[in-house]
Amino acid sequence: MIRTKVAYDLQAIKAKHELLAEYKYDIKPIDRGYNNRTLHIDVGSRAITEKPVSGEMKRLFTGGKGFGMRLLWDATRPQTKWNDPENEIVFAFGPICGITQYAGTGKTLVVTISPATDIPIDSNVGGYFGPYFKFAGFDALELQGISDREVIIYFDGDKGVIKIFSAPDEEINSHLLAEQLIEMYAKDEQEKKSFCTVSAGEGSDHAYMGCLNFSFYDRRRQLARLKQAGRGGIGSVFRKKKIKAMVIKYTGTTPNNNNVADIETIKAVGAKYHREMYENDDAQCDMRHTGTPHLMEIMCDYDLLPTKNFQFGGDAEQIGKVDSHIWREMFTQGIPDGCWYGCSMACAKVIDNYMLRTGPYKGHVVSVDGPEYETAGASTNMNIYDPHFMAEMNFYCDTYGVDTISFGTTMAFVMECYEAGILNLEITGGYDLSFGRGEESMEMLHQIARGEGFGNLVGKGIRWLKKYFVEHYGADPQFLEDIGMEGKGLECSQYVSKESLAQQGGYFIANKGPQHDEAWLIFMDMVNKQIPTFEDKANALYYFPLWRTWFGLQGLCKLPWNDVEPTNNAETDEPAKVPEHVENYRQLYNAVTGQNISADDIISQSERVFNFQRIFAIRRGYGTREHDRCPYRGMGPVTETEYLSRAERYDKQLVEILGVNPEGKSTAEKMKLLRDYREGQYQKLLDAVYARRGWSRNAVPTVEHLKSIGMDLPELLEVVKANL
Amino acid sequence: MITVNTESFPWEEGLTITRLIKRKRFTFRMLVVKIDGAVVKKPAWPETKIPDGADVQVIHLMSGG
Repeated sequence: MIRTKVAYDLQAIKAKHELLAEYKYDIKPIDRGYNNRTLHIDVGSRAITEKPVSGEMKRLFTGGKGFGMRLLWDATRPQTKWNDPENEIVFAFGPICGITQYAGTGKTLVVTISPATDIPIDSNVGGYFGPYFKFAGFDALELQGISDREVIIYFDGDKGVIKIFSAPDEEINSHLLAEQLIEMYAKDEQEKKSFCTVSAGEGSDHAYMGCLNFSFYDRRRQLARLKQAGRGGIGSVFRKKKIKAMVIKYTGTTPNNNNVADIETIKAVGAKYHREMYENDDAQCDMRHTGTPHLMEIMCDYDLLPTKNFQFGGDAEQIGKVDSHIWREMFTQGIPDGCWYGCSMACAKVIDNYMLRTGPYKGHVVSVDGPEYETAGASTNMNIYDPHFMAEMNFYCDTYGVDTISFGTTMAFVMECYEAGILNLEITGGYDLSFGRGEESMEMLHQIARGEGFGNLVGKGIRWLKKYFVEHYGADPQFLEDIGMEGKGLECSQYVSKESLAQQGGYFIANKGPQHDEAWLIFMDMVNKQIPTFEDKANALYYFPLWRTWFGLQGLCKLPWNDVEPTNNAETDEPAKVPEHVENYRQLYNAVTGQNISADDIISQSERVFNFQRIFAIRRGYGTREHDRCPYRGMGPVTETEYLSRAERYDKQLVEILGVNPEGKSTAEKMKLLRDYREGQYQKLLDAVYARRGWSRNAVPTVEHLKSIGMDLPELLEVVKANL
Repeated sequence: MITVNTESFPWEEGLTITRLIKRKRFTFRMLVVKIDGAVVKKPAWPETKIPDGADVQVIHLMSGG
């Protein structure tokens, strides 16, 4: 099959462009990983300005997400809503971002006030936009304002020119728009690799779970590939601003655009890592061939793969239909699939020559970027163990600009509501939304994109739907609170946390909501039993979220840290931390910036930003203990069916932990005992974690703690003092 | 009886590390195995017999997430 090529009259489309603003800036070399300036664009007034980056900004916020949070704080008021003109989307890159000698160094960090959570969200994304934008001259980009018409923002990083055009006729959906724009602007096939785009899609026009697509041009496939800043509705904010796309051109990529302090050290550390990847990956995670879906059968084996809205941890009868062997076959092999230069992990796998079965592009032959584990897990959560559905959902979510995680978790919630009788055919517009219904689920996704029908409600996410179902359909609010797997308004990513108290904390104490990139402690806690006490768990929930935060400060991908490991990692004192890789990162940072930080300094850099983000949420009326609530589905069995499916495990726990003899007790009585215990444990965990982090019992960072980490800034002290 | 990750597990004559991992259905590949605190490297797992009463740690390293 040949990939479908949609023909356009690009000259006619381009002829409709009206130049609305133009700005020229001086091109300056990067100095040891920093440009020392950021760019601000108000798409409402069309004003474009530069801002200097102070030494204090770098010292306190480092870069990437740190810069994003600082700029967003300064741009907004506590009352600013996601759809207000003053809300910003900030794209930031970090000092290490863009080096080409190590794996996973091309990430952009994107922050905004989220339509789903009403607090700052951060999401990281691959593709070439971040490095190109940094090489073009800026450490961050703020987009503010709301345009009165559809616009494209064009950055010529070679010439130092920025233009805002009206763009009435381009496509909105990302797979077509990216191709259109690259065809429109690149003078020939060779130049296409120098362009990348940022866009959302029609789903982002209507949903609160909109995502952004960052393209990179795949020369072997002659295709604009798409990577997603998925979480928290950033695409919805982008489309609210009436931005159709950003396009950047940068042709000058070299091995040292960052003008680092010590390129030889970076080369040596990179060469060592690439060798390790080459020698170890096949026997470890097989990321180069299977990508993150290598986890599918593993998660199922350990009862962690969400099935039927997190009721169950997998289905042994069905897992063979979607396990790693299937993906290894479906993914095209033999093409290095890195999403930035130099990534030897190359896990951005692709299903080529896939013919779409539904929707506006039915019959088109396309390449599907993915699925990643989270997307496949979102599907099993709906009890759809079908690789073709996963590919179809993946493709349409991406091109519509809809987050696969939030879509899958929300649909799983809706399906449970349907089976519980809260919803029916009349309410859903005639669609049977029982678990396992793939065709109907796809229709909900298409309805999100069209902004119509029951699907349009689904796109608003679980927190919104809970309220709606209570108000309109008389649903039992407690049941919805129990089964709705969201925290802070963000839908949970795809791991069952019931048997890991530490992971319950990892998810639901997380600053932005339950996303696994802050902490993933299930094996340490549930399987290895390495962190049995509250103090142990609190220590893990101190170190690992801060360690992972650091990737976001630098423009780094987390996967190369621990999805391959040195052969002798097992013999180190703390193998879970992968000490050799920590040392790699320390050396990379020092070699880029010319500084000499220690491994402890890495944690300190993160701790400043981590506390800032927590206080940012408190400033907006959230961020305190009540907002770290965990729905009971995340802790234990909500329904009798769930309890009975693992009755042996739960009965054993009643005996061994609570000293209760389950014999003669009804399932309801046993569930109540278990629930009281687990909910109590979670509260004790919160106390332990807050204390370890230097926070009050209400999750507010204390003045003493802020002083100890050098973050006793007046604007932060004002917020915490009002809440202590 | 042996201890595996702090929990009791029945011992059998000739129990090797490979056999234990299979019986426990530890299918994740990035494992560190220690017997009474000493690391046993992966190539030696098929031949290494676990003594009765041993304290075995099968540490799953973090991946994913």
